[in-house]
Amino acid sequence: MNFDFSDDQKFLKAEARKFLDANCGTARVRGVLDDEGKAYDAALWKAVAEQGWLGAAIPEEHGGLGLGHLELCVIAEELGRAVAPIPFASTVYFLAEAVMLAGNEEQKAWLLPRVAAGEIIGAVATSEGPGVLSAATLKATVTDGRLNGVKLPVADGDIANVALVLAKEGGKPGLFSVHLDGEGVTREALKTLDPTRDAAKLTFKDAPVIRLGDAGEGFALLEQINDRAAILLAFEQCGGADRCLEMAKAYALERYAFGRVIASYQAIKHKLADMYVKNELARSNAYYGAWALNTGAPEMPIAASAARIAASEAFWFASKENIQTHGGIGFTWEMDCHLYYRRSRQLSLVAGAPRVWKERLVSHLERRNAA
Amino acid sequence: MDFNDTPEEAAYRAEVKAWLDANAPKRAAPDDGEGGGAMAASKAWQARKAAAGYAQITWPKEWGGQGGTPIQQVIFNEEEARHPVPGNPFQIGLGMCVPTVATFADQATKDRFVGPALRGEEIWCQLFSEPSGGSDVAAARTKAVRASDGSGDWLISGQKVWTTGAQFSDFGIVVCRTNPDAPKHKGLTMFWVDMHAPGIEVKPIHQMSGGSGFNEVFFTDVRVKDSQRLGAVDDGWKVSLVTLMNERLAVGGASGAGWREFMEAARGVPGLDGAPALKDQALREKLADWYVQAEGLKHTRNRTMTALSRGQTPGPESSIGKIVSALMMQDLGNSAIEMLDQYGIINDPELAPLHAGFHSSVMFAPGLRIAGGTDEILKNIIAERVLGLPGDIRVDKDVAFKDLPTGR
Repeated sequence: MNFDFSDDQKFLKAEARKFLDANCGTARVRGVLDDEGKAYDAALWKAVAEQGWLGAAIPEEHGGLGLGHLELCVIAEELGRAVAPIPFASTVYFLAEAVMLAGNEEQKAWLLPRVAAGEIIGAVATSEGPGVLSAATLKATVTDGRLNGVKLPVADGDIANVALVLAKEGGKPGLFSVHLDGEGVTREALKTLDPTRDAAKLTFKDAPVIRLGDAGEGFALLEQINDRAAILLAFEQCGGADRCLEMAKAYALERYAFGRVIASYQAIKHKLADMYVKNELARSNAYYGAWALNTGAPEMPIAASAARIAASEAFWFASKENIQTHGGIGFTWEMDCHLYYRRSRQLSLVAGAPRVWKERLVSHLERRNAA
Repeated sequence: MDFNDTPEEAAYRAEVKAWLDANAPKRAAPDDGEGGGAMAASKAWQARKAAAGYAQITWPKEWGGQGGTPIQQVIFNEEEARHPVPGNPFQIGLGMCVPTVATFADQATKDRFVGPALRGEEIWCQLFSEPSGGSDVAAARTKAVRASDGSGDWLISGQKVWTTGAQFSDFGIVVCRTNPDAPKHKGLTMFWVDMHAPGIEVKPIHQMSGGSGFNEVFFTDVRVKDSQRLGAVDDGWKVSLVTLMNERLAVGGASGAGWREFMEAARGVPGLDGAPALKDQALREKLADWYVQAEGLKHTRNRTMTALSRGQTPGPESSIGKIVSALMMQDLGNSAIEMLDQYGIINDPELAPLHAGFHSSVMFAPGLRIAGGTDEILKNIIAERVLGLPGDIRVDKDVAFKDLPTGR
């Protein structure tokens, strides 16, 4: 049994934490939070590129480090812990992973080295409004290689250079790559729950696109992309949830009420124990997801769903009960609790809400167990 | 990251597999109806394992073990579970009582007890919980006083409760109050007792679930030799900590109906508007949550095994098992019977799904949430030992035991 990260991977994780402690303290995160004109921390993005993290899982022939997905998982956990205000997920978990999964050689050769070098920011544009997107409600269309439609919200859509867009071509859903700096694209920044991560409304008017993967395979491909991203996002969520537990514990040990530290009351002790249990369940599910991602196992949809559901639940619980443990001070802008609370919402929704993933999980279990 | 054995583990597994294929029973033995399962078959299987060194793999060779590693024991357990072996009524003795005796008794006593226990010839029980204290073990009231005849013997009187296997045990370890003038932790003494001694009466407890897996044990002037004392007089708390250290490992997680059984049942039961209950979105969400919890526990065990495999002490994550699985057993069972709507009140195994397995879960889960550390005690343990939060304030710490308020 070898169900853990290797010593090398743990070393990388420790190095990533050191780097982020030095370069991505919460004061740095607040630089984006408090500045409406700032969509991300460009200097941190550049520094992260220099670390090689953007290309950790990209093969060496395409300018990456050629490590693997387990290495990307440990980096993701540390980024989540630091609530890093950079478009890492959109660019690496979604765009680069999608191109590695379904891109042709030309697309890989053009995009991957640019992602690894930090020259390109990515985005995935699927949602068109409130509610769950389906083939029945999808409105965006592609005709003769030109995209028309409106997408919102698009995470990092305001700053991305390349987006993957879900649209119908000849009535069939497909996934298309579009250059957002090119013609026919209008961007509009959106106000969001987590201002440390950008989002935009994108309007396409005859924007030129290239299809990724086969015609009519848009949703199937998107599911595969979402599975991969969900596992990596789960590590970010685990990192954030663990940090919330640490914050709650530290505060409970120094705050006095009724003559003793609040950490000595069972109401607080049991709350923190509940956080610990949820965090460990999330971590174990995320590890299984990491294994599936790294080996390309056929269990990936189930593993990814379980990882996402457990991690979303753990981070939500830890981030809200962290505020509760802090009491009044936890409700202030100056306290960092809300950075995690906000990020927990952003991460739970960006690849589809947990409710949707639960349905996806049960559908897969139904099919697997019927077979 | 993978789920494979190391070459050494694979070799050990092959050796164990071969031995089990040649020696394990081919058919399950029938229950003898005495509350101990198929006792004769259990004893025979234990003797066979002991002869081959597989009864307690991690014990030193001089005790009849193999001096093996915890991962080897895990491998043996996994492989053994593939065979229809009888139940194991020896685990409390071998896991908790005998190690305590071996730690605190003299060489002659050790020599006398270790072998027969290992071979399944003698069964041990642990006599700690009392009607007045379950979680608060140190509040034990069962008293031991010196006999007035100058023999140095002790006379034990009082009552223990929730004693697993007392009805078929040969020996037990019992924690007694020897000094009511001292604070509660400082006035306890541990003894081993012969369960057939005069003055000991074992009565089965009729559980709310209907069965009788536990007992009350009454002591009336039970005479024990001073040589049966384990550890110093009034030092029994320290002794009991050695025993309790192993209890968490002995009380396992929930078994029985899980998400798979729920899903299969939901396929065949009509839900709203005549569609199968499995199409009910509310039930599907619950099913997803249970799957995620069950998988989380399974992979947490895999992480624990990984630590053992690497020769490390498992991390604190191994402490979450019972707290998650017992509550899930209760909720899953209840959702399953609610899914049956009015029919859910029927628990006749001939009529209820899964031979009334969901009903059994509902009725047994309350006990599992209490046994071997209540949910609340386990949360305290996580908070204090894992997270490093302060212990609870103890108002009884510096008060003579006899002066403590007792309630009912």
